[in-house]
Amino acid sequence: MASANRTSVPRIEPIWWALFSAGGFVSAFLVPVHLFVNGLAVPLGWLDTDIASYARMSELINQPLVRIYLFVLIALPLYTWAHRFLFTVQDMGLARFRKPLAVLCYGSAVTGSFWAVWILW
Amino acid sequence: MRATWWLRNPRYFLFMVREFSSVFVAAFLVLFLLQIRGLRAGAEVYQEYLERLHEPGWIAFHAVAFLFAMYHSLTWFDLTSKIQVVRLGRTVVNRRIVAGLNILAWLVVSGGIFLYWTRG
Amino acid sequence: MKASTSRSTIKLEVTRYRPSVDSEPHDQSYEIPCTDDMVVLDALNYIKDRVDGTLSFRWSCHMGVCGSCGVMVNGQPKLSCAIFLRDYKREPIHIEPLTNFPIIRDLVTDITDFMTKLKAVKPWIIRKKEKPLSEGEYRQSAEELERYHQFSGCINCMLCYSACPVYGLHPGFLGPAAAALAYRYNLDSRDQGNDERQPAIASQEGIWECTFVGECTVVCPKDVDPAAALQRSKVATAQSLLGSFILPRASGKSATEGSS
Repeated sequence: MASANRTSVPRIEPIWWALFSAGGFVSAFLVPVHLFVNGLAVPLGWLDTDIASYARMSELINQPLVRIYLFVLIALPLYTWAHRFLFTVQDMGLARFRKPLAVLCYGSAVTGSFWAVWILW
Repeated sequence: MRATWWLRNPRYFLFMVREFSSVFVAAFLVLFLLQIRGLRAGAEVYQEYLERLHEPGWIAFHAVAFLFAMYHSLTWFDLTSKIQVVRLGRTVVNRRIVAGLNILAWLVVSGGIFLYWTRG
Repeated sequence: MKASTSRSTIKLEVTRYRPSVDSEPHDQSYEIPCTDDMVVLDALNYIKDRVDGTLSFRWSCHMGVCGSCGVMVNGQPKLSCAIFLRDYKREPIHIEPLTNFPIIRDLVTDITDFMTKLKAVKPWIIRKKEKPLSEGEYRQSAEELERYHQFSGCINCMLCYSACPVYGLHPGFLGPAAAALAYRYNLDSRDQGNDERQPAIASQEGIWECTFVGECTVVCPKDVDPAAALQRSKVATAQSLLGSFILPRASGKSATEGSS
């Protein structure tokens, strides 16, 4: 099995890795500030609750560039999760289930991306 | 090799923490997407969602997720500075400077998003 | 000399396994005289010469160059010639064969798998066509040397393979040292063997199993950075593949250092 794998260069793996990598970049740069504002600062009253109000958020979402931005923000880190989760659970003793786990993880990320498109547009 | 190999060495353990930060980041983003779906469904649904965010359980989740997200960011800048080779003329820029510049850029970007998101 | 603070004897627990006698590896304790200037290898040699001649272990240069004396010292892969007994305060000091390799006898492991992988990446300069001698040597500038120099210090000691949980979990994984050496030759301006190495590197078991734990770089006694080499190889491979989708003919020599 090892020798069979060694001679063939997978074409899909670099794509998952590139998506993982792009998602890691997006998570690193963009996620903490959104998490802080949306999950902590507004609910805890550190910021004006109007910031997350229906009217204001609707106004933000109606901007096409904000929608594209939100798509990138939400979809790409899903691939980072898929990739890291797959490799870590496999390395925690589930290597036998590599194939179904891969389908589950990357499949969820792809589904999540389409779901984001569906919701945002 | 045992499934608990990552408990053997503190660096292996921190590696696992780093990898599992992605679970919290993704969970937050799915919640954020659900919030946007609430927004699409109308003012009432959205308001319900907003109120739920005030519950202690959700605050606790977001606090933990925030720590993981920060850990991801800091480890990411550290790791990418090991991969990126930045040259200035004939010299290679020290990776700590590269990581520092990335962190600076991160702070600027975060500040920009914060201002745009909170003031419009 | 701080002779007054040092101990006069030291306890060691050494893995013993003699296939003709033992059904499985077990620990054996030794207590030997020690001085401040003794490294772990000196202790092993003392045991072999004066206490127990049946103890087997590999060593050659005693100066951190040959790469043959790697063992686990208190669970960490180390060159036994480069680690002082005085740095271990707690006794006994546990000495085991390098993990992730089959044991042949005592501290001697079977390194066949590593040798196979090393050969698979062709760690030598490959030319499509050799220049005739009359045209002189392959010249290289200081900058061209600097590009790969950091990765050329590998002494094949295999400490990185013992440190790598991915290699422990997936024995098919190419592993840190072989990947670093492949990267070193791919970066060499005199080399044209990128395409020949690519099947071994870019396969599923080449670089893609690596999860960037980074322990290989931590344990390397020669300050090579296999973890960086592996990640940069992923960047280069992904870039050339994505590039080939856009420009299908643009593949080929792509020894990128990683995006900058």
